[in-house]
Amino acid sequence: MEAHQDLLANIKRRQMWDFVFALMGLLALLFALVTLLALIVDLAITGVPRINAEFFVNFPSRFAEKAGILSAWVGSFCIMITTAFCAIPLGVAAGVYLEEYSKKNWISQLIELNIINLAGIPSITYGLMALGLFVYKLKLGQSILTAGLTLGLLVLPIIIVTTREAIRAIPNTIREASYAMGASKWQTVRYHILPYSSGGILTGVIISLSRAIGETAPLITIGALTFIAFLPTPPVDGQFPYLNFKWLMDPFTVMPIQMFNWLSRPQPEFHVNAAATGVVLLLMTLIMNGGAIYLRSRFRKKMKW
Amino acid sequence: MLTNLVAALSLIVGVSVSLSVAQAQVPVIKIDGSSTVFPITEAMAEEFQTAQRGKVRVTVGISGTGGGFKKFCRGEIDVQDASRPIQTSELEACRKAGIKFLELPIAYDATAVVVNPKNTWIKSMTVAELKKMWEPAAQGKVGKWSDVNPAWPKENLKLYGAGSDSGTFDYFTEAIVGKSKSSRGDYTASEDDNTLVTGVSNDLYALGYVPLAYYEENRAKLKVVAIVGGDKAPKKNEAVLPGRETVENGTYFPLSRPIFIYVSEKSMAKAEVKDFVNFYLSKSFEIVPQVKYVPLPAKAYDAVKEHVKKNKVGTVFGGHSEIGLKIEELMKREGSL
Repeated sequence: MEAHQDLLANIKRRQMWDFVFALMGLLALLFALVTLLALIVDLAITGVPRINAEFFVNFPSRFAEKAGILSAWVGSFCIMITTAFCAIPLGVAAGVYLEEYSKKNWISQLIELNIINLAGIPSITYGLMALGLFVYKLKLGQSILTAGLTLGLLVLPIIIVTTREAIRAIPNTIREASYAMGASKWQTVRYHILPYSSGGILTGVIISLSRAIGETAPLITIGALTFIAFLPTPPVDGQFPYLNFKWLMDPFTVMPIQMFNWLSRPQPEFHVNAAATGVVLLLMTLIMNGGAIYLRSRFRKKMKW
Repeated sequence: MLTNLVAALSLIVGVSVSLSVAQAQVPVIKIDGSSTVFPITEAMAEEFQTAQRGKVRVTVGISGTGGGFKKFCRGEIDVQDASRPIQTSELEACRKAGIKFLELPIAYDATAVVVNPKNTWIKSMTVAELKKMWEPAAQGKVGKWSDVNPAWPKENLKLYGAGSDSGTFDYFTEAIVGKSKSSRGDYTASEDDNTLVTGVSNDLYALGYVPLAYYEENRAKLKVVAIVGGDKAPKKNEAVLPGRETVENGTYFPLSRPIFIYVSEKSMAKAEVKDFVNFYLSKSFEIVPQVKYVPLPAKAYDAVKEHVKKNKVGTVFGGHSEIGLKIEELMKREGSL
C-alpha cells in the first residue's frame, strides 16, 4: 500500500513538471508571437491607409503626400533578380559538390566549418569587402550588378547549407538503386538527387532571398543612393537583339534605404510613408515565404519512397 | 534544370564582361554626403529635374559628410553635401588628387536644446551651464540637476543627445564644450533624432539637443530652452530662443552654423552642373524653409552666386570649423586650397 501511494505521488509530481514545462513553452511562444503581432498591427494601422496606386508609381519627393516608392521597389526587384542569378547556381553547385563528390577528410571539414561561419558574419563586412573588390578593383561602380553580387555572396552560405541538408535527406538506397541500374554519378545527380532535393533547395533559396531584400548596411556601404528619380534602362528595346543588360550598370536605391530615410525625417507625414513602405516590404517577404512553403509541399507530394 | 542554370550562368558572366561601363546618354549629376543637407538637396534635385523635363538626371546619396568627402576627393561625385567645412585631412586628399572645388554656403542649421514641456524650472540656460552638463569631466559627477545649478531640483538629470557619428554631435561639442567630439559618454545617444524627441517628451527630468526642425515639428511634445551666449555672443547676457529670425541675424549663439555644398571645379565646366548650382542658389531662399531649415539672407545668396560667376575656388575655413561665424564675414574672406 505504501509503495502504491509513493508511486501515485511520483506520477503526480512528474505530471506537474510536464504541465509546468508545457506552460513555460507556451509562454515563450506567446511572448514572441504577441510582440511580433503588436509590431505588425502597429505598422499596418499607420501604413496601410497610405498605400494606394500612386504610392507605387511616384518617385520620392519632398512633399510627403506626393512621395512614392517607384525607384525603391524597382531597385529592390532588379537586385533580387541579379542576386538570385549569381547565388543560386553557385550555391547549389557548391552544395552538390560538397555532399556528393568531395572526399570526407579534414579539408572538407574545414571548408564546412568556414561556410557555417560565413553565414554568421555581419552583413556590413560583406559591404566593405564588396566596396574594395567590386567597386574599386573590378570597377563595376555603384551599380545594380555590384549590389546583386554583394547580396549574392551574403546569401551564398545559406544556400549551400540548405542545399546540403536537402541532399542529405535523400536515402542512400536511392543512390544505390540508381547505380545498380548502371547510371553514372552525374546521371544520378541529374535525374535523382537534384529533382528529389529541389523542394528543400528552393525553400532555402527563397528564405535567403527574403533575407537579402531587407538588407541595408552592405548596400549603403557600396554606395546605394537615397534620392533617385529615374528607373534603370529597360531590358527590352526596339533595336536588335531587342534585349540589353545596361540596367545592370545603373544606379539604384532599395526599399529599406528609402524607409530608413523617411523614418529619420522630422515631419510625421514622412513617418507614415515609412510605415507604408514597411507594410509593402513585409508583404513581399510574406509572399516569398508563402511561395517557399507551397513549393515544398508540392514537391513532397510528388515524391514517394 | 541544371542545363538552364549553366546557360544562365554563362550568360551572366558573358554579359558582365562585355559590359564595359555602359554610359547612359542622359547626363547624370552625382551628389553625395551629409544626411543633414540631404532634404535640401533632394528638394532641389526634384525641382531641377522637373524644370529640365528629364534632360538631366540627378542622384543623391547619404554617405555622411566624411564619407562623401572621400568620394568627392576621388573625383567620383560632382557635388558634395557638407554639414561642416572641409577638414585638413580632406583638403590634403583633394590636393593630392588635383581636385579644386567651390565652397558654397546654402543654409543654416541650428541645434535646439530641449526639455520636457512640464519642466517649470528652466527657461534659459547659459553656455557655461550647458558645458558643465556635457563636458567629459561631468561623467559620473554631474548626475543631478542641482549639481549644475543649486536652484534646480535634486533630481536625476537624464541627458539625450546625438550619436558620435553625427554632424550635430561634432558641432554641439565644439560649440559648447570647446572641442569637437569631446563629450561625456553616459547619456542616451541616438543617430535618430526622433528617438531623442520621444525620450525627452516622456521624461520630466530630461534634457536633450536636436536639430531645430525636430523641435519645430514637435512643439507640443517639447519645450525649447533659450540660450545665453556669453561674452562672444552678439547679445552677451540675453537669453535668445532659436528661430528663423534669430538664426538668420546671428543672435542665436553659438548653436547655429552654415551648411554647404562643395562643387568640383571640373564638374562646374559641365553645363548641366553649372545650371544645377545656379538653380540651387536661386531657389534656396524659397525652398529651404519648406524643408524646415533656415535660409541665408537673400543678399547672401547673391554673394554666393557671385562666387560661382568668378569661380572662386578653395575653403575659407582653413581645415576646421568656426563657431558663430556670420555669413557676410564668411563671404568676404579669401579661399585657400
